[in-house]
Amino acid sequence: MKSVKVNQNNLNDYSDIWVIGELNDGKIHPVTVELIGKGKELINNLTGKKLNVIIIGYGVQNSAEKLLHYGVDKVLYVEHNLLKSFNTDYYVKAITDLIEDRKPEIVMMGSTYTMKDIGPRIAARLGTGLISDCTELEIDSSDGKLIQTKVSFGGNLLSSAICPNNRPQMVTVKPGVMNKAERSEEASGKIELVIPKLSENDTRLNLILKEVLEKKQVNLDKAKIVVSGGRGLKEAAGFDLIRELAEVLNGEVGASRVPIEAGWIDSSHQVGQTGVTVKPDLYIACGISGAIQHQAGMYQSKYIVAINKDPNAPIFKICDYGIVGDLYEVIPQLIESIKEKRMF
Amino acid sequence: MIRSNMRIIVCIKQVPDTNEFKIDLETGIMIREGLPCVMNPDDKNALEEALRLKDEYNAEVIALTMGPLQAKDVLKEAMAMGADEVILINDLSFAGSDSLATAAILAAAIERIGHYDMILCGMQAMDGNTGQTGPQLAELLNIPQITYLKELNIIDNTVTATKWTESEKYTFKLNMPVLLTVNNELNDPRIPTMMGVMKAYDEAGEKKIKVWGANDLDIDIEQVGIKGSVTNIYESCLTHINRVSTIIEGEDEKEMAKSLAMKLSELNLI
Ligand SMILES: Cc1cc2nc3c(=O)[nH]c(=O)nc-3n(C[C@H](O)[C@H](O)[C@H](O)COP(=O)(O)OP(=O)(O)OC[C@H]3O[C@@H](n4cnc5c(N)ncnc54)[C@H](O)[C@@H]3O)c2cc1C
Ligand SMILES: Nc1ncnc2c1ncn2[C@@H]1O[C@H](COP(=O)(O)O)[C@@H](O)[C@H]1O
Repeated sequence: MKSVKVNQNNLNDYSDIWVIGELNDGKIHPVTVELIGKGKELINNLTGKKLNVIIIGYGVQNSAEKLLHYGVDKVLYVEHNLLKSFNTDYYVKAITDLIEDRKPEIVMMGSTYTMKDIGPRIAARLGTGLISDCTELEIDSSDGKLIQTKVSFGGNLLSSAICPNNRPQMVTVKPGVMNKAERSEEASGKIELVIPKLSENDTRLNLILKEVLEKKQVNLDKAKIVVSGGRGLKEAAGFDLIRELAEVLNGEVGASRVPIEAGWIDSSHQVGQTGVTVKPDLYIACGISGAIQHQAGMYQSKYIVAINKDPNAPIFKICDYGIVGDLYEVIPQLIESIKEKRMF
Repeated sequence: MIRSNMRIIVCIKQVPDTNEFKIDLETGIMIREGLPCVMNPDDKNALEEALRLKDEYNAEVIALTMGPLQAKDVLKEAMAMGADEVILINDLSFAGSDSLATAAILAAAIERIGHYDMILCGMQAMDGNTGQTGPQLAELLNIPQITYLKELNIIDNTVTATKWTESEKYTFKLNMPVLLTVNNELNDPRIPTMMGVMKAYDEAGEKKIKVWGANDLDIDIEQVGIKGSVTNIYESCLTHINRVSTIIEGEDEKEMAKSLAMKLSELNLI
């Protein structure tokens, strides 16, 4: 069995910040642009380091070129026909080999199911540390180390970790948290094709079916206003009211986990620890008690409004404005008042 | 095909029940005393999947946990649900292990168990929620993995497994041994039977728990625990909840809704 060694003695061989980009059907995943945004910030505090983006797949040169509009130093695109669709073994090997060859100091990935599948395995193969689901990253000005902060214990504890003696310092970052890099009309930076050494013997997985999930686009993580419903709605039809309020506010619909498990609404609407993290200007929680797993996904909202029958519901402890009352009475009136305000 | 000798190892973690978290409203500090511990929710689904395979193929189910002696509780629960064998890995030198060191300890224990066909893990533990231990364990044991399992079928030695990502669904065929990670969308964990509970929680149940320490495993203790972890905690603090919660007063719901609309409009939110 492989063992893991703490303390590498060649830390100075490692430089540069990498973003492992992600493509969905040829489209650049928003978290890739968010990571580039963060990478640019980090690089300002490190001298002589470069920011590179890596993408892997087959026929991805076009996407690589698009990434040259975000002000990175280089885009490396790793191409192989075996990388056409997702395969843990091939993806892990292609990325690990490249890391061993080029020695980046920091490797950032999005906290997506794909990266959470391969990221830990890559870290284990390299014998280095990975901190997952980070919401904050900064460089320690005293020694240049990456301080990686995440929320744990269901949103109650903010903890920072470092990986002092091993490289690269690897991290997955929650989508929707970092600010996107701005797109410029001008392309800049270099582009490089990398052909990985891969053969069919490198995998134990045999793909027999790939389906694209039909999902309604829910832009929860980008929404300025989110109206969420919970068990207090009592039935699927309750979401009609939530939708109506979201519509007059030009917002999106969110939910706690209960309505999702009950089948009242699709799981893409789930806000929380196992759902989406949102940070809108306004979050309205209706019939949601405010369990910490739910809080984990919404406590960063600028303003939080809670509507709940139970004055002791935990949601009232973390809201800016609360109404103790029946949501079926409050929301119709709220919709009416908002419409009235709009008339003036 | 019935495989009677299939052996499944389920990795279970004992975690503080975060539903019971309480914060001292005066100081904003988390109250840790008396915080109850539970079986990590995803791990219960992993165990359920193993027990389903036990029902279907007569598989042998072994539950494995690394943790303090108190973690015997989750092993008893696993036994009550139907696990055939339970093992606690416990050693002072293991304390403070990060996910990679934890995976190394679990891997050493699994090598001691010897033959296995399948390892089931939760997708993530709800305390630190790293979601890394499963894939790292698979890497250290050099076996394939399927994370976020949605569907599983077994014919002979071949597994057909469907996994999800945010936007795609993949079905892979592969040979055992394999490591799978699951979450609560996969199944509904069974409630232990009365008989199961009686057997697990009496003296004989306690005796059934095997406890292995560092000396029982082929592991270098320099490479586990706090010393052997590649990541270190730098600092921890409570997320400060510094909102002034204003409860909107009013005669009835209508009136309160109107005042809320006023407030939101004053803040330029609507
Ligand atoms: C590992 C793990 C991960 C989880 N991840 C998530 C997650 O990502 N997101 C998530 O949301 N949950 C998650 N949960 C579940 C979470 O713990 C709670 O069970 C869930 O958030 C509760 O949903 P709720 O607030 O809708 O329901 P409840 O807690 O039942 O609250 C319903 C509320 O509605 C109020 N109410 C009832 N009727 C009315 C009415 N007519 N008008 C106004 N108010 C009314 C009640 O007073 C009550 O406060 C997770 C749990 C675990 C263990
Ligand atoms: N100490 C442990 N003992 C047994 N299994 C563990 C332990 N830590 C993690 N696991 C397994 O790995 C999964 C993911 O845990 P984590 O990486 O901590 O999020 C859990 O759901 C368990 O199945």
